[in-house]
Amino acid sequence: MLRVSDLSVSIGTSADFVDIVSSVSFEIGKGEVLGLVGESGCGKSMTSLAVMGLLADSGPWLRTGCAKLEGFDVIRLPPYRRVEFGHGGIAMIFQEPMSSLNPVMRIGEQIEEAIWVHEKIAGATRARRARELLDMVRIPDASVQLGAYPHQLSGGMRQRVMIAIALACKPQVLIADEPTTALDVTVQAQILSLLRELCDSLGLSILFITHDLGVVAQLVDRVAVMYAGRIVETAVVAQLFERPAHPYTEALMACLPDPAHYSRRLTTIAGHAAKPGEVTKGCAFAPRCRKVAEICVTNSVPYEQLSGDHRALCRFPDTGLQP
Amino acid sequence: MPLSGYGVAAVIEKPILDVRELSTDYTVRRAGKWFKVHAVKDVSFTLAKGEVLGIVGESGCGKTTVGRSIVRLAKPHRGKVIFGGIDIFAAAPDELRRLRLKIRMVFQDPFASLNPRRSIGDSVAETGDIHGLFESRADRWRQVENTLKYVGLDGSFATRFPHELSGGQRQRIGIARAILPTPDVVIADEPVSALDISVQAQVLNLLADLQEMMGLSIVFISHDLGVVGQISDHVAVMYMGRIVETAATRDIIDRPIHPYTRTLMAARPKPDPKIRIKAGIETAEPPSQLDRPLGCPYAKRCSIATSYCVTNAPPLRTLVPERMVACHNV
Repeated sequence: MLRVSDLSVSIGTSADFVDIVSSVSFEIGKGEVLGLVGESGCGKSMTSLAVMGLLADSGPWLRTGCAKLEGFDVIRLPPYRRVEFGHGGIAMIFQEPMSSLNPVMRIGEQIEEAIWVHEKIAGATRARRARELLDMVRIPDASVQLGAYPHQLSGGMRQRVMIAIALACKPQVLIADEPTTALDVTVQAQILSLLRELCDSLGLSILFITHDLGVVAQLVDRVAVMYAGRIVETAVVAQLFERPAHPYTEALMACLPDPAHYSRRLTTIAGHAAKPGEVTKGCAFAPRCRKVAEICVTNSVPYEQLSGDHRALCRFPDTGLQP
Repeated sequence: MPLSGYGVAAVIEKPILDVRELSTDYTVRRAGKWFKVHAVKDVSFTLAKGEVLGIVGESGCGKTTVGRSIVRLAKPHRGKVIFGGIDIFAAAPDELRRLRLKIRMVFQDPFASLNPRRSIGDSVAETGDIHGLFESRADRWRQVENTLKYVGLDGSFATRFPHELSGGQRQRIGIARAILPTPDVVIADEPVSALDISVQAQVLNLLADLQEMMGLSIVFISHDLGVVGQISDHVAVMYMGRIVETAATRDIIDRPIHPYTRTLMAARPKPDPKIRIKAGIETAEPPSQLDRPLGCPYAKRCSIATSYCVTNAPPLRTLVPERMVACHNV
């Protein structure tokens, strides 16, 4: 449905640039949740901003690539076409709902504003739509809450309002950039189950960006792991957790505290994450990799197809064949 | 005997830190009226030498206030904190200053807790400068370098500035600042929440190393039961300003008793796609601190609550040896 291909975002000039997102390609099917996971600075948020066409005039710029939705390249649509297309297009929610909501506008007005931008519906119908949207995101007492200001709501409720606003334009794809990171675990569990429900009932596709492998395991269908601006592994979620093929994915999973298998020390990844432009030749993970060979440092790395949907950007992925 | 529910060590040895019925109130203004908020209410625990106690709970449960109250960064309203035979709450300003060399804090946000205009060396040495711990410039340099080594950084970091450091390195500096005067107790308030998973693992390992090397006692405050379980010997679960359950870490994780602890365990996203959170897990949120329920604050969200719970607050009672739970129905 949404097909992103060869997306590169760069900093610098067109003559002298450094890629912070490098040839990223992925697809999201209808009703599917794709998890984009990685640590800070790996380029996962930049990827989503580029797809939304939210890169500013100065700063990082889109060097190559496109994002096709129903045959249109959504990135290169001019702003006014984007709004027209927004009806049925892509919507986005962010990590901190309080900084995305207008503090001096009632919840109802903010939802109606989003509806008005996309569909010029008259007052009463619009208000009814706003109510329906609040019901859809499971906000109790929807008619009362429409008159509330953002500061009167809890963090979880605010994020539900953000989802309602995102759904106001009836998108096919929702980009969620760390939507539960600022929330408590019990509230996070509620928001995750709400998102799952929306996928199943509306056929909504979600690009879910997170650093939390636990959340990935709980919600998504397929995973793309990013490291230093590249997708290093894509797999169906069960496959990825069963047998991570890329050494980075494997190392990342080993870092997680696991109450079931207690040991006083956690496994760590030696060294520090590669900065953009730091590794110019070969594999960006090579300096920290336990399987590194000379060829990893000198030659560029190909994607290895492991099985149907499982790919890893590594010369020596764990295929499960060797002991 | 103080309300000590903790491990064998705590019973045999005299605790290094003894917190008794700590209550801290805040006064807040809402809609023109002043309200008293009981951020922490009747919290008691002991910390043995070399013990790591995890305090876990969701935002607003008062876990940070407990940490800050112990060193009197927040103004405790009632209770006692006994450290080395001295009641911290009754200590005179001079004495308090000395006590704060022995009980140190590590804060959550390593970006906000370092002065951007001071070099790392000056930041680390600050406590020593204030308290006159250094004999000479050479001694100051030696101690700073030594402390940096303890947290896994080399001496060259002393001349750098915070903006040159990564999040993990900054948190190491935060820890270095805490351990410079060789404290007995470190209160770590969400020290790894702002860090990436791989860096979080490094910092947790560092804390475990330091705890063993220096024989530190640590109060480890976090919202993440996984992280708390990793480092702590004992865990206290807080809800709306009170401790609702305390036990050895393994018991809390393997056999949570209080319904709230169970919910926390169930809501923790497990990195295993085979065990997914069920839809519609629980929709209620904690009640407002301004409108505290009369009885058990968890009653509204609780699946086993009875009408008795709504009107009567459960006391923290010893259920089995070394395990305390505040619930009428378990």
